[in-house]
Amino acid sequence: MTNAIVAEGLVKRYGAVTALDGLDLSVAQGTVVGLLGPNGAGKTTTVRILTTLLEPDEGHATVAGLDVVRDARRLRRVIGLSGQNAAVDEHLTGFENLDMVGRLYHLGRTASRERAHELLELLDLVEAGGRPAKGYSGGMRRRLDLAAALVASPPILFLDEPTTGLDPRSRLGMWDVIADLVRGGTTLLLTTQYLEEADQLADRIAVIDHGRVIAKGTADELKDQVGGERLELTVADAAQVAAARRALEPVGSGEAQLDRDGRRLTLPVDGGSAVLVAAIRELDAAGVTVSDIGLRRPTLDDVFLSLTGHAAEDAVDPGEDPPAGRAGTTTKQEVAAR
Amino acid sequence: MSALTEAVADSAVITKRNLIKIKRVPDLLVFTTLQPIMFVLLFAYVFGGAINVPGVGYKEFLIAGIFAQTVVFGATFTGYSLAEDLQKGIIDRFRSLPMAPSAVLFGRTVSDVAINVISLVVMAGSGLVVGWRIHTGFFPALGGFLVILAFAYAVSWVMAFVGLLVRTPEIVNNASFIVIFPATFIANTFVPSSTLPGPLEAFANWNPVSAVTQAAREQFGNTSAKLPPPDNWAMQHPVPYTLLWVVLILAVFVPLSVRQYRKAASR
Repeated sequence: MTNAIVAEGLVKRYGAVTALDGLDLSVAQGTVVGLLGPNGAGKTTTVRILTTLLEPDEGHATVAGLDVVRDARRLRRVIGLSGQNAAVDEHLTGFENLDMVGRLYHLGRTASRERAHELLELLDLVEAGGRPAKGYSGGMRRRLDLAAALVASPPILFLDEPTTGLDPRSRLGMWDVIADLVRGGTTLLLTTQYLEEADQLADRIAVIDHGRVIAKGTADELKDQVGGERLELTVADAAQVAAARRALEPVGSGEAQLDRDGRRLTLPVDGGSAVLVAAIRELDAAGVTVSDIGLRRPTLDDVFLSLTGHAAEDAVDPGEDPPAGRAGTTTKQEVAAR
Repeated sequence: MSALTEAVADSAVITKRNLIKIKRVPDLLVFTTLQPIMFVLLFAYVFGGAINVPGVGYKEFLIAGIFAQTVVFGATFTGYSLAEDLQKGIIDRFRSLPMAPSAVLFGRTVSDVAINVISLVVMAGSGLVVGWRIHTGFFPALGGFLVILAFAYAVSWVMAFVGLLVRTPEIVNNASFIVIFPATFIANTFVPSSTLPGPLEAFANWNPVSAVTQAAREQFGNTSAKLPPPDNWAMQHPVPYTLLWVVLILAVFVPLSVRQYRKAASR
């Protein structure tokens, strides 16, 4: 399979801050790659370089075989970009925004208008299409911005944090739209700080931190890197934790970890549902009352933590040390608390 | 499409976008026109009584100066708007499209000519109300307006550069005013330059704002034999001197602004 996007050794510095520190990346044609990393990891800088908005200090990159620096103008014909801040003109209507972009792609008057109507339909903006974008909700603006990226039906699409700042419902809607798009064979590079989003949309994931790709693979491959299944349980009474630990000793394949709240235990296990049954039996025999128990595969949260030492959604400035001393098992609660 | 026709077509698209904004945000136009009206009234009635211009009524003398000052101030809008587009990421969008890079700037400066035309019409109207008259004819008067517009267009490119340089709309205004106030006041705009102290008089007599004003006064017939223009080449030949400045400013600031556009956007 040919690569639609190739980046080799990209370096970008802003004064003393190194935003990209030798980033390598490749995206096979017709696939979706999720560039996953915390704020300040270099996701946006990568997208800006690949979409010709920014020139790298070192390294080189091609998109559709075109060099991002030398062939910038030709390259822009085959890409669509939807940036982090919805870049729509708020005084223009949805239709006018799309028609303007169409004309700037040199589609011609009729073709540009037809495409604008098509896209308003596709992104569920027909009703709002005649109103200035000023009155749009955050989700509508994002959809309009995405529509603008799609005007020229580009074979390669860049979406920089397409759902950041959206409410959960708009986010799900956006996921549907993006999933539909890539079904048609569009190559997509998507950046996100949401693990779930990468899991949902991407064929392959590149984890990026401090300007480098630190791991890549499918979501499953990454999860396998972290290890197998875990048994998670919460005891009804904190006083029974010690008893629970003892009871689980023969079941687990390693040491049980106790959570900060003092009632939740996480235990690495092998053997699937049989282990769960065995665990329940042992706990019952030991007289431990359990309020919640289950098997879970590692999430991308675990992957991220084990790779970087900090959670994906933490805002970490480049250069700042990752927050230390976090137990891996606290991730789920942290995410749920957000 | 050839590169040139493409650039022209792209500029037209951007111009249209900017003009739609004027239509949708009428407050903008109201305030751009209210300010010159206020200036006409303030100068005509507050200073008018105290300033004596030999041979011609102060209101006659004043209007060309107000025209020149207003369009120079109006040029800050060019920089303001570009800084705003940068800030809102709209320039990013444009830069990711296969359009001519200069089109955003040409589209901007051309649509700002439209704003200047509107404010000139409003000022001319209020001038007529307070007693200003054109004593020549249609074509000389039209020539006067065109010289003002040409100069305003050139200053727009200076402001485009400033806007792309400082990147913050509010700062564009504040930074420009520091330069624009002296440039439009140390001139023959509101008083004859002969009333200024020596060094300021010399500055005023070579100030392009004075030349625009002088050119317009001559074209409108707002001059008098009792107030001959200062005896230097610039004031004796205000039209060619102004056009010289226009060419010079454009030759420097068009390439400079286009370069700054590429640089400012790629951060």
